Amino acid sequence: MITDTPAPVQNRPVATKGRVYRPNQRHIPVLATLALLALMYGLGVANYEGFSDTQVLLNIFVDNAFLLVVAVGMTFVILTGGIDLSVGAVVALTTVVAATLLGKDWPPGVVLPLVLLIGTTIGLAMGCIIHFFEIPPFIATLAGMFLARGLCHLISKEAIPITDGFWTSMAQERLRFGGFFISLSVVIAVVVVLIAAFVLAYTRIGRNVYAIGGNAQSALLMGLPVGRTRISVYAISGFCSALGGVLLSFYMLSGDPLHAQGLELDAIAAVVIGGTLLSGGSGFLFGTVLGVLVLGLIQTIITFQGTLSSWWTRIVIGGLLFAFVLLQRLVTRRAR
Amino acid sequence: MTQPTVSERSAPPDQTPEKRGMMRTVLRHRLFWPAAVLVLLLVGNVFFTPSFFSIRLQDGHLYGSLIDILRASTPLILVGLGMTLVIATGGIDLSVGSVMAIAGAVACLRISDLPDPNSVGGVLAAVGFALLLALVLGLWNGLLVAVGGIQPIIATLILMVAGRGLAQLITDGQIINVRSDPYRVIGAGYVLTVPVSVIIAGLFVAAAALLVRRSALGLLLESVGGSPAASRLAGIQARTLILTVYVFAALCAGIAGLIFSSNVSSADGNNTGNLIELDAILAVVIGGTALTGGRFSIAGTVLGAVIINTLNITVYTVGIPSNVTLLFKAVVVVVLCLLQSPSFRAWASGVKRLLPTPSRAGGAA
Repeated sequence: MITDTPAPVQNRPVATKGRVYRPNQRHIPVLATLALLALMYGLGVANYEGFSDTQVLLNIFVDNAFLLVVAVGMTFVILTGGIDLSVGAVVALTTVVAATLLGKDWPPGVVLPLVLLIGTTIGLAMGCIIHFFEIPPFIATLAGMFLARGLCHLISKEAIPITDGFWTSMAQERLRFGGFFISLSVVIAVVVVLIAAFVLAYTRIGRNVYAIGGNAQSALLMGLPVGRTRISVYAISGFCSALGGVLLSFYMLSGDPLHAQGLELDAIAAVVIGGTLLSGGSGFLFGTVLGVLVLGLIQTIITFQGTLSSWWTRIVIGGLLFAFVLLQRLVTRRAR
Repeated sequence: MTQPTVSERSAPPDQTPEKRGMMRTVLRHRLFWPAAVLVLLLVGNVFFTPSFFSIRLQDGHLYGSLIDILRASTPLILVGLGMTLVIATGGIDLSVGSVMAIAGAVACLRISDLPDPNSVGGVLAAVGFALLLALVLGLWNGLLVAVGGIQPIIATLILMVAGRGLAQLITDGQIINVRSDPYRVIGAGYVLTVPVSVIIAGLFVAAAALLVRRSALGLLLESVGGSPAASRLAGIQARTLILTVYVFAALCAGIAGLIFSSNVSSADGNNTGNLIELDAILAVVIGGTALTGGRFSIAGTVLGAVIINTLNITVYTVGIPSNVTLLFKAVVVVVLCLLQSPSFRAWASGVKRLLPTPSRAGGAA
């Protein structure tokens, strides 16, 4: 009978405790992202005229509110050690369904809950397939992505403009304070972030998410509801994607089956740059917010520079991913 | 890791006569369901195009829908081949699409810079350079995974994101068109009535299959995928093996990129190989390779790649908007994955057994 071999005990020199301030190991990646963000912002302010305008910073939120919401859902999934490739397609499906129904004069009060329900249902279904039939998350959500994207194209072949009164007012309404403004989408995104951060940090389901990501077997043996939690994170991600889709349709005022192509990569990149381990169990929602800001800031800098082509965004994001993955590797190696 | 493989023994005892034993082994073969789906798709096509199976000789080339499917499948077969070996070691390579784009872009750029784009030597040099670059990219992936110890999915995500940008940087965001007859041969040429791309893919698949199944290499790969730590303790050089499969995957992707760009005589950094990594993973999974590593089937992957392209062509011939293919893909993925999932089989057979004889309840997990 083979039993689990105990992990090899390694002789490591015990770190001598210094008096110097040492940040908590878990916080290092987030602090690194924060430092990077400050550095990038400093470089931007130093090099470009008008960069220091607070509105520039607020515009990053305005332009990326939907990404922020999607990345929040992705954080939940990645914290459990899973992945959700379907987010971009669900965002697109939401915009298309909303635009189509609004075009048929459905009241926004019906359309809004309906699209959120569709997104949540897709997430729920993927979660069930992943949990009950032990299909790897990568494949199950890939199928979800194909399904949602295919449905988009089935519903509409081209972009549909949205002219509904509620939608246009949500798109144009600006909260002004002291000469600056943000859109209502930003408020919604911030509320989502706050709720999600609270859920992750202070509620039972949040603890369960971290526990499953750390070690699903142990979580199961401890009697935690692994199945329920795992299914709910995909439902949460589906809901966040649908909400992100609603925000995107506020922003774009159109539904297009080609919206949000590759959004899943941006969301994953934001989560990873935000210091969350892709293997799950470690990370903070605040890091994800910083990750989204980093992505937004890269685009802003490239716009301000003017001479750089759009593909530099991808190269820089790739480089940053590399740097952060390396950093995490070093941190986790030291922590062990 | 903890995925139990379903052996014949673990199935609950059945009171069926021995006659059904053969039937069961056929049904239980891991390539049965993919093959059944392919046959169903092909036969279904006949209803829409009665001449679907006819292959004729025209201008010394083979023509026909089946040949078209094979030709269209070659990039995916090659990419899937590399992906299969990577997944066999428990890894994954998301960067294949980007590597395809880079290889095509570099080759086309070099050829367009040639004084005479029709010189065979120049084209060979360009192709060689592109493949060398692909090898270097594969080495980068391999080093990150094998030496850096970074999770494969994230290690290759880096090149997936950055590589797409690099490919656009190489082409300067434009589509590079080349007029080079020697280059066109790779993707659109024929040798002895057979498309060159099919021959290239066939050679690669055959060579890989021979190398992997006629030597201990395949066993070693599966062992690394099953448990890297145990393999290392058993004296297998897991690191070198992992490094090699990523380099091989990138090489396959590079050749696929050349075939793709040569077929259309142009290179598009933005769209070449877009989302092919997902199709390749799909092909691998359809073919019965476990995503967790430790079990793989090259024949299955080839079958999977052909299924995906047959699906594409079927949707075209039936006259459904091409993007709706995604919907069918989703259905095929879900159905195949469920059929291959041990827990779904247990559940399904549990339900089946529950219905006629309630006394035999239980057994299903």
